[in-house]
Amino acid sequence: MATGTDPDVVLEVRGLRTRFRTDHGEVPAVNGVDLTIRRGRTLCVVGESGCGKSVTARSILQLVEPPGRITGGQVLLHPDSRAPADGAPAAAGADAAPADRPLDLAALKPKGKEIRRVRGRDIAMIFQEPMASLSLVHRVGNQIGESIRVHNPVSKKEAREISVGLLGQVGIPNPERLIDVYPFQLSGGMRQRVMIAMALSCEPRMLIADEPTTALDVTTQAQILDLLADLQRRRGMAMLFITHDMGVVAEIADDVAVMYLGNVVEHGSVDEVFHAPKHPYTRALLDSIPRMGGPRRDRLPAIRGTVPDPSTRPTGCVFRDRCDAAMPGLCDTVDPPPIDVGNGRLVRCLLYGGAEGRSPDPQAGTAGDDPRPASPSGKEAADVDAN
Amino acid sequence: MRALLIRRFIYMVPTLFAISLVSFLIIQLPPGNYITTYVAELSARGQSVDQTQIRALEERYGLNDPVFVQYLRWIGGIVMNGDFGQSFLYQREVSTLIWDRIGISVALALATIVVSWGLAIPIGIYSAVRQHSVGDYVFTFIGFIGLATPNFMLALIFVWIAFAYFGESMGGIVSPEFADSAWNLGKVLDVVSNLWMPVLIIGTAGTAVLIRVLRANLLDELRKPYVTTARAKGLPEWRVILKYPVRMALSPFISTVGWVLPTIVGGEVMVSIVLSLDTTGPLLLQALRNQDMYLAGAFILVLGALTLIGTLISDLLLAWWDPRIRHAQAEEA
Repeated sequence: MATGTDPDVVLEVRGLRTRFRTDHGEVPAVNGVDLTIRRGRTLCVVGESGCGKSVTARSILQLVEPPGRITGGQVLLHPDSRAPADGAPAAAGADAAPADRPLDLAALKPKGKEIRRVRGRDIAMIFQEPMASLSLVHRVGNQIGESIRVHNPVSKKEAREISVGLLGQVGIPNPERLIDVYPFQLSGGMRQRVMIAMALSCEPRMLIADEPTTALDVTTQAQILDLLADLQRRRGMAMLFITHDMGVVAEIADDVAVMYLGNVVEHGSVDEVFHAPKHPYTRALLDSIPRMGGPRRDRLPAIRGTVPDPSTRPTGCVFRDRCDAAMPGLCDTVDPPPIDVGNGRLVRCLLYGGAEGRSPDPQAGTAGDDPRPASPSGKEAADVDAN
Repeated sequence: MRALLIRRFIYMVPTLFAISLVSFLIIQLPPGNYITTYVAELSARGQSVDQTQIRALEERYGLNDPVFVQYLRWIGGIVMNGDFGQSFLYQREVSTLIWDRIGISVALALATIVVSWGLAIPIGIYSAVRQHSVGDYVFTFIGFIGLATPNFMLALIFVWIAFAYFGESMGGIVSPEFADSAWNLGKVLDVVSNLWMPVLIIGTAGTAVLIRVLRANLLDELRKPYVTTARAKGLPEWRVILKYPVRMALSPFISTVGWVLPTIVGGEVMVSIVLSLDTTGPLLLQALRNQDMYLAGAFILVLGALTLIGTLISDLLLAWWDPRIRHAQAEEA
């Protein structure tokens, strides 16, 4: 899947592992995640609380705080393919990595100069709670201007003019006046717009949005989503969008990565994943969404059981205890590898291969009620991803 | 803002009145008065006192009048003429007694504040940012020692060390050779050279408390999302820390800075006694012990007034420091 030559790839995450050191040993929060984020496209990472989606997003910019740390994998920031004619490349290229090779962000020091140059300038980030994510005692203009001036040699006055323009672009009325207010004087939606303006201030190639609409009411949520989609289209930005809301995914995503307990269990384009979910977890997630106009049912199907504690990960497939299609003797011993099922879709489930040479426990023959009978065997052997 | 100020000053008048009343009553609470204390002291030394002389003294100072008459006379003198009355013990004007000592008290209090803030803020920030580092543990250890040791104890140890190893008798802020001279450069230098030890002694506990408070506040703030936002902008780490969480963590300091004012007059009595410093603290203690009621009353009134003014200053500083408070006040006014 490595698409080193694809000029549209902005960022590639390969085998990322992030662990948290606790009194009870190391807890893996992200356990070998692969993601590819392309220019002009939105990748939604979706999953339950605690599945590692936020930690993945933070790991990209080395923003995981101790006791968490990245223990493996690569985060490759590909060089800017749009002819960088902004005067900066000469300076940046001289002391940074050679401009024609991808830069591994995971290998940089979390407080070093190199990663700081990427933060905000190449990759910007917005967060879940606009109230808590902005400093309440600094003026809006101060906070936006600061993010401009840290990467660009402009005067305070110029930064202020740029900030006013940005506030206008994100739909804040009367930006000349509101640039001088404090965030606590704004509504939640307005605060998130300020966050977005701040993130866009250095024209990043990629935006990471970590549940940016979760803390907002539904109307505001829709407005913010429209704004993000619109800004992305106009700027051709890549976007990594973290959410637990399938409705948001349907609205904004081009591609989806479904995460479960630190792994991406299914990856594909939004249409394919929504219309033909492969992984039992994805199917269960989609089944548990209430539908308007659909058949009226008494109860929504819920996924039984709870997410296992990441510090005591079960062997084999981590979803098997909650899975209706689990194959005893197989799922509890083999850790499913990512299987390419065509069209760039990856699934981590033994139903689609990855357990060659082993067969399900014959005693427990009739595995579950609907095992989606064994995937076309023989084909998958060739598809097993080398990674 | 101005409306707020005026309102706060108006509120101060009844508060001060209540303070003066209560403080005067409390001074009157113990049985007897200055004269009886004086007589008891004399007879303890085996001297007899002429009863008529006592009665004449009591008559002269109006000590037999009802309490409220005495109070009205006292507060009337203060409000009308700025006259705080006479000290029985020292036979001098109360106001001159206090003024004589206030200079050194102020110098001591300000120097202590500057030193303890100057030490506590950088150490507190370091301890929080490098939590669980060796440095953090060292400062925590020293801080707890500073907290746990009473200041007068430290003072005694310092006096003993100075005497035993350097043959110097500690004591006083103004050296004897300058005692009667007018203020000049030599005297100022002398005061500065004598000031550092009391400053250090008085400052230890305060500094330790400040370090602990700042460390705890900052640890809370360092994990807040706005800090991550600042990092995600690409700011250098020191700028992230100093501009955002430190600013928030200092708010409690700003809100207590006004409490420094009353400690100028009433603070560190015991250290001053041990080091025989001519500050106002020992004077207050003497006045209370001898039931020198006008001197004691004046002290307590001044302490009350300084507390009120200090609180107002704190509130104003906090409004300047934290825009949320400023706006809340503006809406209220």
